[in-house]
Amino acid sequence: MTQQTHTARAIPDRLQSPAARALRSWESILVAVAIAIFVTNSFTSPYFLNAWNLSDATFNFTEKAMIALAMALLIISGEIDLSVASIIALASTAMGLAMQAGADVPILVLVGIGAGLLCGAFNGFLVAGLGLPSIVVTIGTMSLFRGIAYIVLGDRAFTGYPPGFAYFGQGYVWWVFSFELVLFTVLAVIYWALLHRSSFGRAVYAIGNNATAAQFSGIRVARVKFILFLLTGLMSGIAAVCLTSRLGSTRPSIATGFELEVVTMVVLGGVNILGGSGSIPGIVLAALIIGMVTFGFGLLNVPGIVMSIFLGALLISVIALPRLFGKR
Amino acid sequence: MSIIKKTLATVAMSTVMLAQPALADDMRIALVVKALGIGFFEAAAKGAEEAAAELGGVEIIYTGPTSTTAEGQIEVINALIAQGVDAIAISANDPDAVAPALRRAMDRGITVISWDSGVAAEGRQMHLNPSSPELIGNTIIRLAADHLPDGGDVAILSATSTSTNQNIWIEEATKALPEYPGINLVATVYGDDLADKSYREAQGLMQTYPDLRAIIAPTTVGILAASQAVTDAGKIGEINVTGLGLPSEMAGAVESGATLSFAIWNPIDLGYAATMIAHGLASGNATAEPGASIPMGRIGDAVLDDNNEAAMSDPFTYDASNIDEFKSIF
Repeated sequence: MTQQTHTARAIPDRLQSPAARALRSWESILVAVAIAIFVTNSFTSPYFLNAWNLSDATFNFTEKAMIALAMALLIISGEIDLSVASIIALASTAMGLAMQAGADVPILVLVGIGAGLLCGAFNGFLVAGLGLPSIVVTIGTMSLFRGIAYIVLGDRAFTGYPPGFAYFGQGYVWWVFSFELVLFTVLAVIYWALLHRSSFGRAVYAIGNNATAAQFSGIRVARVKFILFLLTGLMSGIAAVCLTSRLGSTRPSIATGFELEVVTMVVLGGVNILGGSGSIPGIVLAALIIGMVTFGFGLLNVPGIVMSIFLGALLISVIALPRLFGKR
Repeated sequence: MSIIKKTLATVAMSTVMLAQPALADDMRIALVVKALGIGFFEAAAKGAEEAAAELGGVEIIYTGPTSTTAEGQIEVINALIAQGVDAIAISANDPDAVAPALRRAMDRGITVISWDSGVAAEGRQMHLNPSSPELIGNTIIRLAADHLPDGGDVAILSATSTSTNQNIWIEEATKALPEYPGINLVATVYGDDLADKSYREAQGLMQTYPDLRAIIAPTTVGILAASQAVTDAGKIGEINVTGLGLPSEMAGAVESGATLSFAIWNPIDLGYAATMIAHGLASGNATAEPGASIPMGRIGDAVLDDNNEAAMSDPFTYDASNIDEFKSIF
């Protein structure tokens, strides 16, 4: 006979007050880190506090942050998409082909977004339709999508996009606010509403915490996952339009390494890499932090490898600190 | 909340304190490379520092991304624009993708030139090539002729028969041939830039032409394979292998005597010349326009062609006297 022992466990009369909870949350840690970096940058470089310079700095993260919004939902649901950078390469190549065929600006944008959606649908079909593990599928499509771009382009490049096309990556909506920054802000609000204010968002959390339970409670798990892959494809397509416009050209090596930077952003933003928790404000803050760190170090001409080490250390410490102090 | 208020106050204070940023008197020239940690570019940075010391009042910012991506270089360029550097001299990872960012730099009054690996014409004021086809063609023949005072048979071992660069160089070499009396070009063979094929082609040359005195390989793969073939055939001292090679790869052949001398661009000179040109343009002492002649210090003058491109110099000659210095660089 095993003897079961019961230890006394205090049950609090009331939960933490909302204010206290907000103060101890992941987002407030990120806000503190962001402010610390902002202040440090302001003191270390005389060039940091300048509206135009800060505006330039946003280009370092806007495209990746757009994808991170969709990637956050996907990771919360317990899946991952490592093919996003390759989707950018393929979508950009598709736009280049369309440009050569004489397409005008609206068609180019549609082609880019459409190619992204198709790639997303392909990933979604393999994962949600055939039930294959997403990490394996997207490592495969990572090579596949970029491989197609390499076959089409080889060592050539598509150049000569129409002048109007430059607006998406180089234009400004008002004063220092670039089109990319405004687009990212709008998308962040949409994703916030989708994840935190809709039944779809509840379903995403439910699947990430327990897909089987979610299935039995009437959530169409496969369909939700398919839509999430479609969304990362869509965002990669939008990012491809912005990046291609910013670079003014397409080469098959475009956006190399973006996938890991996007995942870094998502994890730094407080999304549990195993699924189940995370928030959109966290992603936005993480994007700002990464953007400010890279720009701040750039202003000091710190070698890139030091920047990578710092970001790695930041990632580990932001994740480890709450554990060490028992906040999570 | 009070913490946030305090921090905001600190930020506001720092804004006031930094309202008058300290302006350095030095002219700041940024040497942007494909990626940090590459020997070739570290050597170019050394040359840039040499130029800065010679000019005086110049600060070199040696920078570049961690990996050879255009996106990484654009982040670096944005940071340099924000700092308001005086000039950017870049070896580009992508001639087209960095052009919009560099155009913005020029819009803000920054002098932009490219060197080594060029930028599309609209993204720079001028481009400095390490050398030119004429100079390379002439140099590879001269390298062979230097060690053949009485003339003799030479053969060329090239890359593929369709390699654009090599074909232009060989064409120029053929044109230069009459200036070297006694030098007799007997054959041109193709090793396809494959080590084993180049090795076999070199063996074939030695068998077909018993009087062969030199093999000229204007490709780093070919020169290495040919020197190995000559060494294996025991013909060191009889046949001299020369052409274009990398000091790190060719050190052994120079030591054994299979190769008496070879050539390739000197990265130190390249960094030096790029800095000199950037300084000349940024200070207004020179203008980048077709036909213009821009001084490059100890190297001479760069003369711009119709595309605002210039060739620095003859490829630099490496032999037993300097190979040890360069073999650790690239």
